Amino acid sequence: MHSGLLRELEKLLGSSAVLYQPEEVLLYEYDGSVEKGRPEVVVFPTSTEEVSQIVKLAAKCNVAIVGRGAGTGLSGGALARTGGLMLVFSRMNRILSMDPENQRAVVQPGVVNYDLTLAAEPHGLYFAPDPSSQKSCTIGGNVAENAGGPHTLAYGVTTNHVTALELVLPEGEIVRVGSAQGDGLGYDLTGLFVGSEGTLALVTEITVKLSRKPEAVKTLLAIFDSVDDAAETVVDVTARAITPAACEMLDGWTLRVVEDFVHAGFPRDSAAVLLLEVEGLSEAVAAQAIAITEVCNLHHAREVRLARDHAERELLWKGRKNAFGALGRLAASNYVLDGVIPRTKLPQALRRIREIGARCGFDICNIFHAGDGNLHPIVLYDPRDKGQFERAMQASAEIIRYCVEVGGALTGEHGIGMEKSELMPLLFSDADFDLMRRVHDAFNPNCSLNPGKIFPLSKGCGEIRVRAHSSFRPSTT
Amino acid sequence: MASVASKFVSRLESAIGASHVTADPAVRSQYAVDEVIPSAVAQPTSAEQAAETVRFAALERLALIPSGHRTKLEIGMPPSRYDIALDMTGLNQIAHYDPGDLTVSVDAGANFSDLTAPLYQQKQFLPLAVPFYFESTIGGIIASGVDSSLRHSYGTARDFLIGAEFVDGTGRRCKSGGRVVKNVTGYDLHKLLIGSLGTLAVITRLNFRTFPAAPSGCGFVFSFHGHEDALAFSKLVERSPVRAASIDLVSPKVMQLFLEAEKNSPEPPGTGLQGKFPADSWHLCVSVEGIPGVCERASREFAQFTASSTAKPAQFLTLGESEGADLWHYIGQAIPLLLGACPSVAILKISTLPARLTQLLRRLHAAADQASLAHAVLARACGVLYFALLPNSEDTVSLQSLAKAVLEISSLCTSENASSSIPWCPTALKRSVNIWGMPRPDLGLMRRLKSAFDPQDIFAPDRLLSR
Repeated sequence: MHSGLLRELEKLLGSSAVLYQPEEVLLYEYDGSVEKGRPEVVVFPTSTEEVSQIVKLAAKCNVAIVGRGAGTGLSGGALARTGGLMLVFSRMNRILSMDPENQRAVVQPGVVNYDLTLAAEPHGLYFAPDPSSQKSCTIGGNVAENAGGPHTLAYGVTTNHVTALELVLPEGEIVRVGSAQGDGLGYDLTGLFVGSEGTLALVTEITVKLSRKPEAVKTLLAIFDSVDDAAETVVDVTARAITPAACEMLDGWTLRVVEDFVHAGFPRDSAAVLLLEVEGLSEAVAAQAIAITEVCNLHHAREVRLARDHAERELLWKGRKNAFGALGRLAASNYVLDGVIPRTKLPQALRRIREIGARCGFDICNIFHAGDGNLHPIVLYDPRDKGQFERAMQASAEIIRYCVEVGGALTGEHGIGMEKSELMPLLFSDADFDLMRRVHDAFNPNCSLNPGKIFPLSKGCGEIRVRAHSSFRPSTT
Repeated sequence: MASVASKFVSRLESAIGASHVTADPAVRSQYAVDEVIPSAVAQPTSAEQAAETVRFAALERLALIPSGHRTKLEIGMPPSRYDIALDMTGLNQIAHYDPGDLTVSVDAGANFSDLTAPLYQQKQFLPLAVPFYFESTIGGIIASGVDSSLRHSYGTARDFLIGAEFVDGTGRRCKSGGRVVKNVTGYDLHKLLIGSLGTLAVITRLNFRTFPAAPSGCGFVFSFHGHEDALAFSKLVERSPVRAASIDLVSPKVMQLFLEAEKNSPEPPGTGLQGKFPADSWHLCVSVEGIPGVCERASREFAQFTASSTAKPAQFLTLGESEGADLWHYIGQAIPLLLGACPSVAILKISTLPARLTQLLRRLHAAADQASLAHAVLARACGVLYFALLPNSEDTVSLQSLAKAVLEISSLCTSENASSSIPWCPTALKRSVNIWGMPRPDLGLMRRLKSAFDPQDIFAPDRLLSR
């Protein structure tokens, strides 16, 4: 039966688009998270029609399907938790249309986020969601996880920039939801599917809004001798009705490592820095930069530097966006958390994270989207030491529990995936799960798409209804 | 029928308390939806009581329509069943307001105007000055899915509704999202409630991201002989480095209604809009927010456009803050004014890509002219337009002509790749026309969703997904 499926897949896609040897599929058992899940077969479709055919073939054999973009996700969303078939969108990477007049583009899911911005740039446009991984992550992945990024503070997350989707449902049916303009009739299905982590349908085409580049941008680096002062500054900036385009914090640990790696000009002896960006009309930007500087000074900033030019600005952002990679220099491995708190709770949350780290014996770095309260504590640990890994996970769960306790959420932009599915009951009741389950089952009744994600295993598909296969071998006949 | 109704009414009284239920015909008739009168009105004062009412309805298989102040209750197809009106105005508290976090959590039955005051004290606001906003509940605003001019810069409710609590069709209290501005935990079910017309769930509480109020604002009105030039000019404004807060195109008829409303207002504003706008012109109304320097810059930029553009405005007017506030109040209330001016008006909501607006408007005018129907337009630069057909009488012949015209327009919109619906029209028109237009390919998915939320189809049956 399964060898028959492999043959059918090879017939449909060609043998170069179907991987099933253990050494080939091994590469796909990871994403950016600490989780693992190995698919038994990996396929690379080039069109919606092929996706539909693959889905139909898999459905016939009762095989689970997981969609995957670049695999940069941090919650295990693109891992094959129960084995089965992984559908990788890297060959569906065309920008199908660019409509500068209406500020829209239609893209395939495998288009790399930054490539869309590059393509839109000659028209004075860009794609606003900018995750740190934007040079490698795909828009399909952004849609699945409802990805954010530093500039979501002013411009919102992926869902705010998607107006329509083409979907392949678990039966192979191709459906369009939403409209290019954005105001569809009836229920906001686009709003539901964005961020559904591949558990309701496979997205094969995405209509996005493009944003106009602002006239002026100013990037400020505010340097603090105390983390508390930096955190209080963030709270006060919001309180004074200033909405920066981005407001990022790097603590001392992080900025020293980043500085050694990127040489962005972060002062190695400071306790924390804020990277603040204001955008818009030059008159407004000038006034906002002055106002922000005043707030920083009020909270004892040692220095507030204004990036002199584009190159200096780029360097500061390079430091921010490459920070996770730079941390590899500090420890064998690190675990990037993603939790959200109400932003006024920032000072106390950072103190609590320090306490938890000290108690559990870990160095925990912080580099995060301070402006919207989206924390990214990074626990440094050695994965070869099993006890250490387990303690790191416990410390992480404690931090996420704290986020919920103070009125926050489990994830601001990475998604639940398989990483946090067991923490979902911290926020949701049985009634909530029952409704989410019914919504899930309305589109994905057999749990054939991305099983074992979002829902705790006891509240999801019950028993995983799609069998995990252990012998994906082509027939020799 | 009456005896069946009276039987369930007494049981409903036992379930949620007699003081929360009424079957008084005079009261019930106020809750009529498209001439269908419910058998009872339930007035819960807590989310649990609302849930109890839903559980009762589910158990007895009774149809229920939640409502607030009922200012937009006519949007939708006539309900195929309607037993209980669920008046949510008893749930009217602001549950949390955290100005420092820019978040507010408010009961569905709270008046929008009661929410604006505490926000205003903190120099914050919610960009939801939708039609009837001053007498609407916050739940009604969300459930009806109406929009405001400020969507141009702040987006629609889907961009700042961050969570919700609601009762599903099984009578269980559920929630989605949360009270933080960035959150991807679980499915975004709260987005589905926007514009759902009470067909999915009974909203009990809504959480929003709030916005800092701009320190100052200014308004500009460019008047043109035709909509083509006005829309061409609009493109220049949109591409200017100055980001407008709103850009709306107002047709001559709509401006006339604004001026009449101002004249008839019991409290005429001090400055007044009278005599400022040339008759028979199309008016492109642009608002800008920010520090005074931004308004000065906007004034310079726009003046330059008027000099250099081939689409020259017949008049360019800069409005002071108070005149601007008056004009944008009326722009926000264009729908109620149209409804007040013509009892048999049909107002279509049409969405298209902005670059297609000019051609679409041209064809809409032609269709209305061919049907000999007066018409009025409020168009938003983002590609949403409200097209009102104004029959001069309510007789059968006029109704038939109206039905023919809206069908023609619906098919015209399909050919222009625009979506159209008729949120406001006489109930009689709904007997011959499906206000939601042609069946759409995603209708099947919407039905699945409806069944997931409301397995027994007790919420506002057939109002949104009519058979």
